[in-house]
Amino acid sequence: MSATETGRATADIVRVHTPYRKGLPNLRVYLKDLWDRRHFAVELSRTQIRSQHLNTVFGQLWLILNPLLLALVYFMLVLILGRGRGQHDYLPHIMAGLFLYYYFNACLRGGAGSVVGGGRLILNTAFPKALLPLSSVLVAAYRFMPTLLVFLALRLVKGDGLSWTMLWGVPVFVFLTIFGAGMAMLFATLNLYFRDVSNFLPYMLRLWLYLSPVLYFPEQLLNRLPPALDHVVVLANPLFAPLATWSRVMVQDVQPQPLYLLISACWAIAALVVGSYIFLSREREFAVRL
Amino acid sequence: MLSVSKALAVRVEDVHLTYRTTVERRRTLRHTLFTRQRSVFEVEALKGVSFDVPHGSVLGIVGANGAGKSTLVRTIAGILPPTSGRIEVHGRVSTLLSLGVGFNRNLTGRENVVLGGLAAGMSRDEVDARYQEIADFAELEDFMDVPMRTYSSGMYSRLAFAVAVHMDPDVLIIDEALSTGDARFRHKSSERMKKLCAEDRTIFLVSHALGSVKEMCTEAIWLHKGRMVMQGAPDDVVTSYTKFLKVGEDAITMEDL
Repeated sequence: MSATETGRATADIVRVHTPYRKGLPNLRVYLKDLWDRRHFAVELSRTQIRSQHLNTVFGQLWLILNPLLLALVYFMLVLILGRGRGQHDYLPHIMAGLFLYYYFNACLRGGAGSVVGGGRLILNTAFPKALLPLSSVLVAAYRFMPTLLVFLALRLVKGDGLSWTMLWGVPVFVFLTIFGAGMAMLFATLNLYFRDVSNFLPYMLRLWLYLSPVLYFPEQLLNRLPPALDHVVVLANPLFAPLATWSRVMVQDVQPQPLYLLISACWAIAALVVGSYIFLSREREFAVRL
Repeated sequence: MLSVSKALAVRVEDVHLTYRTTVERRRTLRHTLFTRQRSVFEVEALKGVSFDVPHGSVLGIVGANGAGKSTLVRTIAGILPPTSGRIEVHGRVSTLLSLGVGFNRNLTGRENVVLGGLAAGMSRDEVDARYQEIADFAELEDFMDVPMRTYSSGMYSRLAFAVAVHMDPDVLIIDEALSTGDARFRHKSSERMKKLCAEDRTIFLVSHALGSVKEMCTEAIWLHKGRMVMQGAPDDVVTSYTKFLKVGEDAITMEDL
């Protein structure tokens, strides 16, 4: 047992600070503290969004412009490389996949920088530090919403309309958010102990994009591989199943494969458990490491 | 130890704190890759400090640079875990530490006040209710809606002080932050601190300004190299401390930095 214990005695709060030991803090107290400060996470992410585009001419319009330019760049790249020519649904597939992938990307990159960048707050206030990576996830989610609108607009313009199947996108989004939150906590901790992580992260994320079915359809990869490798690709890449399902339900209006949903859920829970264990068991030491 | 009749605010029991950092003597790639051993650099910032503080007292903490003053108040605030020992704090702690109150310089004063309050555990309504008071106390007016990077250091510390005293703290920790305000604001802040004490709250004042320690504190402790040298009435502690510094109570040390 370590950490700070809270008890209520004669209407005043008593806190006892004892030496740091590796191990989880009192989870009930921690979660209560976290919940009591939920408005802090919301407010922090809101101010972050507001300050991001403060000095630009287009201002908040960048929330729409960014994804459009991103989709344009990758669409051009893929056209030039000549893959997917003649594939129906190619542009919507790239857009849907890129937007969701960049949502995860933002969770991870924001999370990795959140603790290292929160130096002053951490040195001056005692609060549950999991709020920092979690509010990066919130920032990423806020930024994802307009991109989703762009995608829906594209569908309407193309004359595809909306369908009930697209509701399957909700669980996919939830699983990816949980996975992203776990990874954000994991990388926030890693980045504090090995600052090299932030140098290495952009390359890892770029590679991860190419290994995931974003710039190509999942079948295109699976058909080229020997069948024995199929499972490896689907199971070992945590983004493969959610991104494949996302394209299936959002672009092709096809029911999701239950196996892929199950894999997405498993990765989400695994990342959350591992990420939050590593983060919570070390967070009391963060102030010394900054 | 002190007056027994009053309720206990903070109890510090044999607290040690050691900072550890690994340092590479030669920061080259070859050295990093091919040398196994890295020297560990240890600083014992606190070596067994114990004291009790009852509610309603103003405790001055004096000591030379590197005595462990800031480390001590950070452990009391629960920011740094002690290496050994135990600290018991009764009530809500509000901190005004030397690095500023976790302020992000790119955000406006208003945003920082809201974020600071929420991080300290206040609810949205509580923050909104106190916002105007804080803004009035800091006397920043229109500057509240301007990014804090444009503030002068005096404005910065005025806002920090205003936030800390309006958090409704039971225990307020102030680390050399009063030195930057002008004379009028310093007067106003000491009035405010007296008011907090009258309400039976507790204040920790870390300061090199021995004049304010003598004037405002009801108790003082003197730290030297992580050990507590003396605890007692502020006048006695300040006298011994200045004697130790071999400078005597001349104008230079009495002046608030």
